[in-house]
Amino acid sequence: MSEEERKGERRYADVSDLGPLTEIIEKYRGEAGALIPILQDTQDAYGYLEEGIVRTLAGYAGYQLSQVLGVATFYTQFRLNPIGEHLIRVCHGTACHVAGAQLITQEISNQLGIEDGETTEDEKFTMESVMCVGACSLSPIMIVDEDTHGKLKPTNIRKILKGYTDNKGGGKK
Amino acid sequence: MSVNGTAKLILGYGTCGIAAGATEVKKALEKEIATGKYDVELDIAGCMGFCFREPIVEITEPGKKSIIYGDVTAKRVPELLETHFIKGEVIDDWVVMKEDDPAFGEGDFLENQNRIVLRNCGNINPEVIDEYIGMGGYEAARKALTTMTPEDVIDEVLESGLRGRGGAGFPTGTKWGFARKAPGDVKYLICNADEGDPGAFMDRSVLEGDPHSVVEGMIIAGYAIGARNGYIYCRAEYPLAIKRLEIAINACHEKGFLGKEIFDTDWEFDIKIKKGAGAFVCGEETAMIASIEGKRGMPKPRPPFPANEGLWGKPTNINNVETLASIAWIVKNGGKKYVETGTDGSKGTKVFCLAGKVRRSGLAEVSMGTTLRQVIFDVGGGVLDGKEFKAVQMGGPSGGCLPEELLDTIVDYDAINATGAIMGSGGMIVADSSTCMVDLARYFLSFTQEESCGKCIPCRLGTKRMLEILERICEGEGEPEDLVKLEELAADIKAASLCALGGTAPNPVLTTLKYFRKEYEDHILNKKCPAGVCPALITLEIDPEICTGCGACVRVCPTDAISGEKKEPHKIDVEICIKCKMCFSRCPTGAIKAV
Repeated sequence: MSEEERKGERRYADVSDLGPLTEIIEKYRGEAGALIPILQDTQDAYGYLEEGIVRTLAGYAGYQLSQVLGVATFYTQFRLNPIGEHLIRVCHGTACHVAGAQLITQEISNQLGIEDGETTEDEKFTMESVMCVGACSLSPIMIVDEDTHGKLKPTNIRKILKGYTDNKGGGKK
Repeated sequence: MSVNGTAKLILGYGTCGIAAGATEVKKALEKEIATGKYDVELDIAGCMGFCFREPIVEITEPGKKSIIYGDVTAKRVPELLETHFIKGEVIDDWVVMKEDDPAFGEGDFLENQNRIVLRNCGNINPEVIDEYIGMGGYEAARKALTTMTPEDVIDEVLESGLRGRGGAGFPTGTKWGFARKAPGDVKYLICNADEGDPGAFMDRSVLEGDPHSVVEGMIIAGYAIGARNGYIYCRAEYPLAIKRLEIAINACHEKGFLGKEIFDTDWEFDIKIKKGAGAFVCGEETAMIASIEGKRGMPKPRPPFPANEGLWGKPTNINNVETLASIAWIVKNGGKKYVETGTDGSKGTKVFCLAGKVRRSGLAEVSMGTTLRQVIFDVGGGVLDGKEFKAVQMGGPSGGCLPEELLDTIVDYDAINATGAIMGSGGMIVADSSTCMVDLARYFLSFTQEESCGKCIPCRLGTKRMLEILERICEGEGEPEDLVKLEELAADIKAASLCALGGTAPNPVLTTLKYFRKEYEDHILNKKCPAGVCPALITLEIDPEICTGCGACVRVCPTDAISGEKKEPHKIDVEICIKCKMCFSRCPTGAIKAV
């Protein structure tokens, strides 16, 4: 899949297109304390907070760059780097921890050759650890894109991930 | 509820149900209904609490008691509907509960509960305001706004003895009184829905299953304290809760329950949703206020308290979801009725999320005064796979681990505090013999250390030092004096931290040291992890008596550490084994042991 197709599929705007950013800033103009929603919407539009976008955002919306980056780096939701085609979120809530979430992360790491927070070289997968997603009865859990995979065993991981590389997005049976 | 002689299928459609496959089940049900074979209506509801048997479908028929089926899959749907409606038979194996036979199936799960906060969860479609109104919803808000003064409302809540359900347990009526009395015309009300404790999902379940109960609680609270603007600060990780809140708020505008001149009075009140951005510390009141103001969520020293100087410097009152969801019930039925349930110091009920090694993991609401044993064994059905109970972790990263001997402790703020744990927001994680208590303490410390905002030194550096010691112990490099160091650091961090995050962060370590000290000593002195968890302290072995030589482990071992003849017991080469436990989870006979 070409870069264009990949972006098209995820419906993210290109960072050279300032249209979405301008719209977002205008939407919140005059609203006190809007920096966090502005960053959330910007990340939704572009997939991540790219440096040039963040600089432009600060200038347009009237914030100090340090203020914007201060907020963007404080909250775990914000990403300063692009993510792969599929986002794997491994739950590390208490129930999942007790049920062996660490072994799940380790096996994904073995399979894909990436550590927590990293993206594979082919930009297929990004793996993140998340805190409790609140589906504790299915622990241990990982969420790939929108699909929840529960009651995982390290030995299931390879097959599940294969489903996403074989036919895009069709990893869940 | 069945309507007008038509049978109704109610699908549990909360996050837990959807995660278990409810979306596929919904499609399958819709497909079957579209064939025209069945005269039934399909509706959705929030979590009924039976998370362990999701996806759940409840069938109600006119003139009959309802039946709840669990573990429903898309594949089972045609057989389920045909057997139930055409053959008129019940598939007992799939039944979770029969309304007319509480002794059947998992019936005692609900039997042993007392549902006030969860009164509508799982019973109504959370996206339809009329269903909430049909259950008596918004009568309390109307009563408060049209027949009571704000002071009357506060008195009613004071009389109920309701204490903040977010964890700290401060009397809600008293808190409202502070905000009411604070001078100023502009005041704010915030609903804390930033449920950050790992292992706690009751707020999410309430917001998804009965969002109007929270909105109604906020309308009443806003009126009582004199706030015309309310915020719901909700985790961004809860998209379904946010969606259902938005639907609820819009519906309230249409009904005249939110906005100007609500309930035909001259009072106005409106609610905005603020999405959190992923910071545990934002559950702390002053940090949450900073976050709503668009800043880094860092706490401030108190005083001034938010009741006097909160959001944008104005008097602000913050209540947790579960607290607010109790309000309408209290105003409608009276504080006097509420105090009939509970203990001297803790009135009403508490919602718990049962998870971990418990047979029925799910959502349960019990009367204060119930023992932990009753919650875990009578409601929760005991330990998973009949294993031996080891500990229950209460209150998440701020709480503690309690052993078997303390299971007769009652659910009561003061009784639980006396053990060293806290009531907390309501997460209850059950641990069995395969859970290492040192590793669990390390896990919580790594969480709080990661989430420490960094503003005050005791929390930022203190938790880091404690974590390093715990990591060392799990690595097999612990020293006897480490336990003393941990206790000293814990005392300092508790005493000197700016906010409750640091103030409670040592609790998981202190309680495990108090009740499971032997396990620390095993790690430090004997270099053993009795639960078989800490990789540096275990050796994986194959029991030759059990091993059938199937070779499944050989195929998954990433380092080729396992060898053996086919159909003969295999062996693990401990020199090459990296203890990844892949073989452990693959072995069909349980022949591999961590020793």
